[in-house]
Amino acid sequence: MTTCPDATRAARRDNLYARARIIQQIRAFFIARAYLEVETPHRVPCNAPEEYIEPVPSAGAFLHTSPELCMKRLLAAGYPKLFQLCRCWRHAERGTRHLPEFTMLEWYASYSDYLDLMHTCEELLCHLIPTGVLSWQEHTISLKPPFERIPLAQAFTRFAPMALEDTIAADCFEEVYTEHVEPKLGIAAPVFIYDYPTSMAALARTRADAPHLAERFELYIGGMELANGFTELTDVQEQRQRFNAALENIHPSDPQSLMPEAFLAELEQMPPSAGIALGVDRLVMLLTNATEIDAVVAFTPEEL
Amino acid sequence: MYSSSDLKKGLKIMIDGEPYVIEGFDFTKPGKGQALYKCKLRNMITGSLFDRTYRSGENFEPAPLEERDMQYLYKDEAGYVFMDAKTFEQVILSEQTLGNDHYFLTDNMEVKVLMFGDQGIGITLPNFVNLTVTHSDPWVKGDTAAGNNKPATVESGYTLQVPSFVEEGTLIQIDTRTGEYVTRIKE
Repeated sequence: MTTCPDATRAARRDNLYARARIIQQIRAFFIARAYLEVETPHRVPCNAPEEYIEPVPSAGAFLHTSPELCMKRLLAAGYPKLFQLCRCWRHAERGTRHLPEFTMLEWYASYSDYLDLMHTCEELLCHLIPTGVLSWQEHTISLKPPFERIPLAQAFTRFAPMALEDTIAADCFEEVYTEHVEPKLGIAAPVFIYDYPTSMAALARTRADAPHLAERFELYIGGMELANGFTELTDVQEQRQRFNAALENIHPSDPQSLMPEAFLAELEQMPPSAGIALGVDRLVMLLTNATEIDAVVAFTPEEL
Repeated sequence: MYSSSDLKKGLKIMIDGEPYVIEGFDFTKPGKGQALYKCKLRNMITGSLFDRTYRSGENFEPAPLEERDMQYLYKDEAGYVFMDAKTFEQVILSEQTLGNDHYFLTDNMEVKVLMFGDQGIGITLPNFVNLTVTHSDPWVKGDTAAGNNKPATVESGYTLQVPSFVEEGTLIQIDTRTGEYVTRIKE
């Protein structure tokens, strides 16, 4: 049986109203904390080169996969606290929790690090859910801060049949992580997974005391990845090397063609900062008890 | 040829020389990691189900399947015999391959046989079939526990729930997609 399109839209009515309220509350939260809301171009000459994120071409340029590079150039220009709510595009990402065009919340603050970001995440969630308890599917999730912080390697020890380094050596990190670790994260309360290997953090600063680890974390609620944040890498040479390494894999024939030179030229001016990207569609899923991302958007790509 | 990003529910692909249909599908991508394509696959010959996860950049052959209009002839020790009315070619399908569908075959019925090479691996029945009730206990008045339904067995040996007024010898219509009672047929 095919559902008539009007029925699909009608079934999502409550979720779309909730979505609008959540976005208004996010704005209010950041405005109250003196973050400047900015808009940066959605169509850009190049994105941050990342091996597993494919941008969508757009008339000789690309749609942005994240506003990250422009946001950091604003930090470099002296704007200390910024946020943006915008659409982002990632080619061929489509699943129950993925849309190729989705809504991202990003926020950045100078003179802060990833631990400060974790704190802001806690405050934001408590602002959105004043009762402090989130009911999502069969889970009752307590939002009482501080949220648990688990190093990535320890999450593997706790939940997976293999150690983190063994999955990397055997080239099955993603398989083991999505099968055994992710579904266990953030079930009774939100969890921050942190201390990712530097190889899994293209734009994050490495830990001074442990250079093989990056100051990057992800926020999980109900087994769902909600946000990815890190202390920004400000070392221009190291950033160029990491971009180069990614570009060698993406464009072996012409690795320099997509190097974000304008960003690299201004990175030196950027104060020590931290920034984070949060999937707004997934946040709305959690707050509307939805299991599929389709249920929280007005139109999916298939419905156009 | 399909690649990983073509995978979706309903797609039929070859794995190790056998045709599989994707019955469940999800795309997932942890953090900054690689995309994974998680499939629930059903072997179209054996019916067995298993999970497999693919990465980007893998290639798949489409399963070479063909649906042919055929007529059901009869059943013998070898199985259920169907014939292509144009070429007179015959294929035999086992009861195991047919599953519940074998209960709804009647002589000379027109069906679609799903062919994998020269092997028949399944059939598509007409949506509705008429069969005679051969056994059903009379409804006991006051027995409200079962509502207004009672079990009945039809000529092929299939048992289903029917309304209490259906008696032995009644011709009934069954929906072959659900296996459920539709209506009484008045002759």
